[in-house]
Amino acid sequence: MTAAGQQATGNRHQAPLVEYLLRLGDDRLVLGHRNSEWCGHGPVLEEDIATANIALDLLGQATNFLRLAGRIEGQGRDEDALAYWRDENRFTNLQMLELPRGDFGFTILRQFLFDAWSYHHLQALSGSTHADLAALAAKAHKESRYHLRHSSEWVLRLGDGTDESHRRMQAALDELWPWSGELAWQDDVDAELREQAIAPDLESLRAPWEAMVRDVLGRATLTIPNGPMRMTGGRKGRHTEHLGHMLAEMQIVARSHPGAKW
Amino acid sequence: MVKSVNGERSTVNGTDRAFEILETVKDPEVPVLSVVELGVVRDVQILGDSITVTVTPTYSGCPAMRVIEDDIRAALEAGGFREVVLKTVYAPAWTTDWMSEPAREKLRAYGIAPPHMVTAEQLVPLGRTVRTVDCPFCGSPNTSTASEFGATACKSLHVCHSCRQPFEHFKAF
Repeated sequence: MTAAGQQATGNRHQAPLVEYLLRLGDDRLVLGHRNSEWCGHGPVLEEDIATANIALDLLGQATNFLRLAGRIEGQGRDEDALAYWRDENRFTNLQMLELPRGDFGFTILRQFLFDAWSYHHLQALSGSTHADLAALAAKAHKESRYHLRHSSEWVLRLGDGTDESHRRMQAALDELWPWSGELAWQDDVDAELREQAIAPDLESLRAPWEAMVRDVLGRATLTIPNGPMRMTGGRKGRHTEHLGHMLAEMQIVARSHPGAKW
Repeated sequence: MVKSVNGERSTVNGTDRAFEILETVKDPEVPVLSVVELGVVRDVQILGDSITVTVTPTYSGCPAMRVIEDDIRAALEAGGFREVVLKTVYAPAWTTDWMSEPAREKLRAYGIAPPHMVTAEQLVPLGRTVRTVDCPFCGSPNTSTASEFGATACKSLHVCHSCRQPFEHFKAF
């Protein structure tokens, strides 16, 4: 890792496994929070409930991964401390997941791209040599399957739907696709865990992910845009301007009333 | 009913008594099923008047899990166990396949269509065949899914076209 890279991470003293668990947890915490913003605002009641349900699953998965990260780190930080008391540059989630929720098409397409990735990633992690990580991944993988079923069916319905729904889905894909390059981004954290057979080579997951995604997008009559990919850096604590605003809302109660119980 | 999934039964009578108590602890969202029938309780170990209950969560995000754990602790303490330790395990991952036939019947009688057994091909996310759920009220297979997500993580919403009754289904998971 370069000196500049170390500077930016903010997590440079973390053991690779702790860092990896934070990445898994942060992805789900941030996307779960974005999805929870739909609660009370869904386009129809069933989707309001569905999006809130998926948000709950993701928050539950985040809780599990962050709790394990805190336990292995051994500094006395539990899942709440990690969620509420880290600043923006300590969050390691993918940038795509922190973007504002947009319209329902944007939300469901982002969910689909992430679900398809989670489906493959968690499946690989279920075979991890680290027993606790393998157990949490296997459990989350079961959930990713019905999330994927839900989001892929909506992508099909809306992409191959009315002119208006197609237009919105294509706009969402044009916006989201350039961010998807970060999914398979990996560094020395991954390399070290790969050596111990704790985590897979993310690059090897890209082809099955893309095959699945292209199949659904093709059937949904959506066109993957050509063009440059976006910047990366979420894994190193570099984020868009949106994450700080989201965290301000997510963290304010815990920070205003430390240790409050209800 | 499985008395102990993993370990030896340390005190047979104590274990029976513990399970008797645990059978009275109901799922707060589905109050006809006990935490044992639900498959949440995986093991019980007793040492003197101390008891260790191993539990596994249903869905990662199920908000009822904390209530269930509190209820288990309170019931066992009220039942005379002085020290109650709850241990959480994640593997093997919880599945509705652990639910016994009598438990499924209780769900049906309560008006919730019980889960079918999970088979591999139904878990393939894409291009699945739609499986219909029999109406818990009139038994008709002529039903359709209104939403895969319901009032709790474990249930989906359906409509019966024979008796015109909307109903819930405990998802096979």
